[in-house]
Amino acid sequence: MKGKKLAILSALSASVLIISGCSSSSEDSSAVSIEVPDIPMHEAMGEFEGELNIVNWSGFVEPAWTDKFTADTGCKVNPRVAGTSDEMVTLMRTGNYDIVSASGDAALRLIVGGDVQPLNISLIPNFSDDIAAGMKGNVYDTVNGKPYGVPIGRGANLLQYNEDVTGGAPESWDVVWELDTPYKGKITAYDAPIYIADAAVYLMYHKPDLGIKNPYALDETQLAAAIDLLKQQNQVIGEYWSDPVAQITSFVGGNTVVGTSWEVLRKFAGKENIKTTLPVEGSTGWFDSWLVSSTTKNINCAYAWMDYTSKPEVNGAIAVNFGMAPANVAYCASSPEAQAHCDTFFAEDEEFFKRIWPWTTPIETCVDGRKDVKCTSFQDWTNAWATVKG
Amino acid sequence: MMTETISKQSRPLSSFLLRRAKVRLFSLLALPMTWIVGVYIVSLFLLLITAFWNVDPFTSRVSPGFNLDNFELVLTVPAYIATSIRTLLIALTVTLICILFAVPLGIYMAKIAKPWVRNLLAVAITLPLWAGYLVKIIAMRLVFTEEGFFNWAMAPFGIRGPGFSVPIVILTLTYLWFPYMALPVYTAIRQIPPNLFDASSDMGAKGFTTVNRVVFPLIVPAVIAGSVFTFSLSLGDYLAARFTGGATQMIGSIIAQNINLNPPVAAAYSMIPILFIVIYLMVARRTGSLERM
Repeated sequence: MKGKKLAILSALSASVLIISGCSSSSEDSSAVSIEVPDIPMHEAMGEFEGELNIVNWSGFVEPAWTDKFTADTGCKVNPRVAGTSDEMVTLMRTGNYDIVSASGDAALRLIVGGDVQPLNISLIPNFSDDIAAGMKGNVYDTVNGKPYGVPIGRGANLLQYNEDVTGGAPESWDVVWELDTPYKGKITAYDAPIYIADAAVYLMYHKPDLGIKNPYALDETQLAAAIDLLKQQNQVIGEYWSDPVAQITSFVGGNTVVGTSWEVLRKFAGKENIKTTLPVEGSTGWFDSWLVSSTTKNINCAYAWMDYTSKPEVNGAIAVNFGMAPANVAYCASSPEAQAHCDTFFAEDEEFFKRIWPWTTPIETCVDGRKDVKCTSFQDWTNAWATVKG
Repeated sequence: MMTETISKQSRPLSSFLLRRAKVRLFSLLALPMTWIVGVYIVSLFLLLITAFWNVDPFTSRVSPGFNLDNFELVLTVPAYIATSIRTLLIALTVTLICILFAVPLGIYMAKIAKPWVRNLLAVAITLPLWAGYLVKIIAMRLVFTEEGFFNWAMAPFGIRGPGFSVPIVILTLTYLWFPYMALPVYTAIRQIPPNLFDASSDMGAKGFTTVNRVVFPLIVPAVIAGSVFTFSLSLGDYLAARFTGGATQMIGSIIAQNINLNPPVAAAYSMIPILFIVIYLMVARRTGSLERM
């Protein structure tokens, strides 16, 4: 399943529709530009090549919808499941795959590394107005105005809690951060450097003096403050999770009472008393899209696949199967079940997603628009994260 | 005369090799040497040399180069040092517990138990090897969850498990690697001639003295062999810590975390367990037990 989804998007924050609510007061997007290799895009559709090699999250590529695609186009689908964003990046760099279901963080790394190519959106008719507004034009797949990705779906990192113990929804993330938490030793946190952003989101709300405007644009002082908070959390934490199964058994088995989770994990836990909430500070989240390799030999099959999976029914099937909000919200109105799914995952609730900071790879250019200071890069975050757990 | 001609005709390869010792040696060693040098040593070398390479801070692309920053990180970051020491202590504890269990068990199986009990115990020791490694770790996780088997079974006695922490990691690793200690120790004890026990008791030694003065010196090579397994396997493990350790980190946890994010740091850090093992083997060599293995 999805491991380390370090997403990317906020980077160029103002251009990011999703977080425009969060950062509407901040700076203009044109201020931030990223240097990317110049790779030409596909000009016109040609003959189908007969196969398509996909790197994907578990549950994104299933016979239930690939069979029809193969029948329609003659493109045989060869899926390869990856467990983490980093693994996806490594796999795509082998050059053996045509297309990847990348989360924002993997996406921006691939784009900057020249591993994926810009897209000709006019060849993807289903990439239409039905795609959720909050999933279009985001930095992770749109760099310097050029689109690189076709949205698949999104989800938030919510606060999950055991209601039998907490007696109601915690209003704040303080139950997982502060030393006086009533749940000491029963707390879980996401095990990846990108979790630093969650600390930053908490600090943004509670320590405005630090001047954090975007959790992915931290200068050295701000990063140090976030790391201090994470070290404090380390004293009260029970477990870090990267494996979804471990997280679910922890909640169900009673080892964990509060902690970071996804809506789909709550569903899998399948217990009435295990619930999720979005605390007052807001949270982080992950946004996935299809990206096409810059060295693909199956470009027409790749475009056909992106168009096919952007259809409401196919996009909906992927979202239901994985457990996330579909990118194509036209799916929601297609049936009562679909509507129920969309409601559960807040698919049409842009107000909800405005409180979510989509995972973004931190870069030296401050994505909140500050020019007078150098921000910390993903490599800094990785090194800092190593010092947290001790 | 006649027979010689026939054998020459019918076995051209043998007679060819008979006269060329170098070709003989080459054909004998070609396959294993290709394996050891080509597959084993070269890939290990390629892995370790990465420790000196650079990582692009944004794309995480690794590029060849030479710097010692990664070693500096590994040797100066307090979290890395603490993790190295913790892992070393865990591996030593696991090894010690395995020895403490394996020796009495081996003596009982080899010298006291009836044949059917011995067979039963041999099956019981090796049976866990039939189950998948991950399955066993998950099983330990389920046993020691808050509402798991251990707390349920111990509830009448008012005992509660420690929760996921270092002791549970040690227990899990001991469970995983015990057969690798128990089997060589048992085999070694079986090979001790029975008359040594008789001689020992004839000379007035009690059970404990016999174990201490007769059995243990004879099985030290087997214990060392077993401990190389339990020690090195524990040193390299990280899934036990991930699933049964709560927030516990081991060397492998940090390597796994960095293997995609920052391969050079992972490579540099992987030198630490190699260093531990080399020191361990040197100490074992000092005791002279490697020669007797």
